[in-house]
Amino acid sequence: MTDSAVAAINPHANGGSSGVITLDNLSVSFGGRPILKDLRGELRGRAIGLLGPNGAGKTTLIHTLLGFHPPSSGTARIFDRDIRGDASQIKSLIGYMPERDSFISKMSCIHFVRFMAELSGLPGSAALERAHEALFFVGLGEARYRNLDTFSLGMKQLAKLAQAIVHGPRLIFLDEPTNGLDPPARLRMIKMIREIRDSGQANIVLSSHLLRDVEECCEEIVILKDGRLVVYCNLEEERKANKKFLMLETRGDLKEFVEAVNQLGCECAVTSDHRLKIILQESTEIRDLYQLASKSQIQIRRLSYKRDSLEDIFLKAMENGHGGS
Amino acid sequence: MAVLERAYKQYQGPQSPLWSRFLIIPRHAYRDVFRSKIFTGFFALSFIWPLVCAILIYLHHNIEAIAALRIDVRALLPIDAGFFQVYVIVQGTIGFFLAMLVGPTQVSRDLTNNALPLYLCRPFSRSEYVAGKMSIVVILLSAITWVPGLLLFLLQSYLEGWSWFRDNAWMASAIFLGSLVWIVLLALMSQAISAWVKWRMAARAALLGVFFIPTVFAEVINGIFQTRWGHIFDLRALIGNVWAGLFGTFVRQTGQVEEFRNGRVIREVIMTEPPLWASWFMLFLICAFCLWLLSRKVKAYEVVK
Repeated sequence: MTDSAVAAINPHANGGSSGVITLDNLSVSFGGRPILKDLRGELRGRAIGLLGPNGAGKTTLIHTLLGFHPPSSGTARIFDRDIRGDASQIKSLIGYMPERDSFISKMSCIHFVRFMAELSGLPGSAALERAHEALFFVGLGEARYRNLDTFSLGMKQLAKLAQAIVHGPRLIFLDEPTNGLDPPARLRMIKMIREIRDSGQANIVLSSHLLRDVEECCEEIVILKDGRLVVYCNLEEERKANKKFLMLETRGDLKEFVEAVNQLGCECAVTSDHRLKIILQESTEIRDLYQLASKSQIQIRRLSYKRDSLEDIFLKAMENGHGGS
Repeated sequence: MAVLERAYKQYQGPQSPLWSRFLIIPRHAYRDVFRSKIFTGFFALSFIWPLVCAILIYLHHNIEAIAALRIDVRALLPIDAGFFQVYVIVQGTIGFFLAMLVGPTQVSRDLTNNALPLYLCRPFSRSEYVAGKMSIVVILLSAITWVPGLLLFLLQSYLEGWSWFRDNAWMASAIFLGSLVWIVLLALMSQAISAWVKWRMAARAALLGVFFIPTVFAEVINGIFQTRWGHIFDLRALIGNVWAGLFGTFVRQTGQVEEFRNGRVIREVIMTEPPLWASWFMLFLICAFCLWLLSRKVKAYEVVK
């Protein structure tokens, strides 16, 4: 990972100087086989997307931060608490929605969520109240007295989200939250994640292999490849930093217009009689091009605009990332 | 109750004490356990023997009742260490069947439903989880063993007088300790089996087997080697010896074998039970083994190497 990627990008989210999650040369091995390799970085975003191909180590990273696997070397800190020494304190600040179906059978949904709240340290009456609130929040208010065994896959996902947020954690780990959801259910899940993010009450780490989910919910992304952290960036900053490509279809004499565009510092190429390809500078706005076109007396008939999408960033990371040994 | 509150908010209220969190597990588990009418009925029936014992103690001290029955209850059934030892054995046996009904489903159900990550991602450790699951059995069995046992002891002390209480206070500790050892053993074994055998009926059968199959093995050893040391592998014999030791009725020599030839004794083998310390040590080893088995299985996720 580059130094610029290690540097914290979004200092406003957590209110303080320290990050939400600090990875300090974190490595994890299973049976001598390295799974996570020397991860470094300070994650500060309100919603952090954890991306990577299958087997990249996303879930292992979450499990290690949750204290399920001990680091083989290095460490990590969550809200300035070390995962090796302050595991119990950390766990009282976090919520976790696992990827796989995880339930306690023969329980009604409200009983299950209340039970989870009590295990998180809430007294019985507060746990019951928060369980009702959490289930209404996720949209299971009407089904809260039904047995979990009778729930559909989508409802189970919502119940898992409810148990992850019932105790009002400061950091929520969501592992593939839209797995198995139909499009409307997926949209509902995304909307809820954004609501939690926008409430400013909790930070979110969203692990997914669905780029669209991450793009819609997260402001920062971490991309893992072969157990290494290859990209950490703020999505908006990254998009701004990327050059903007324009394809123009015009009518009129292009010569004067091309000169004017070049004077703005933009690269310009005429691909056919009426077609232009322009790479915009950061300071150049599309409005400027319309003004130049007006002065040069040409018509802009079509303008297509393209920025790097998350998919581009991801694919670039997969091509250029220093994964592997 | 603000059930219409649909915005995410942090919880800022009071927290329950850390030490008591493991008790959340049995509190919620009993809702499910007592939903079974069979179990509830069996649990109620398990108080019959303490009730019979209470009646016997009462008859011992009621002159009118003794006269009406025209039998000498005091001579027939004295209230002494033997009386309380029999009480512990009967209630312990009933406790075994209760543990068989409740114990084997506890951990296996969580493993089958991948529930362990939900417990362990909270400020709730693996040892608290095991303690919580064990306390389901421990609390239930305590309610039918040492708790009524100590009440019987207090009833007898009340009717017999302060001097009896003072002279026999050690019996109270024998009731408590003897029951507790048995309860902890049952709780650990049922949880360990539950962690490794996911199918409920198979887990119950395994618990039954663990108590009865070694008895056969032990008797084979005793028969072949003409000894009583085979009992070291017999859980029932081990706990029996421990109880006998606690109530002061333990006898090491439990028989002898004489070999005859031409009408003369040519060899005499005195059968001695393993010493008490060996029985305690074996029970300790079994408990430690169960804990090890639990530690292997009670994990948020198993790492497949």
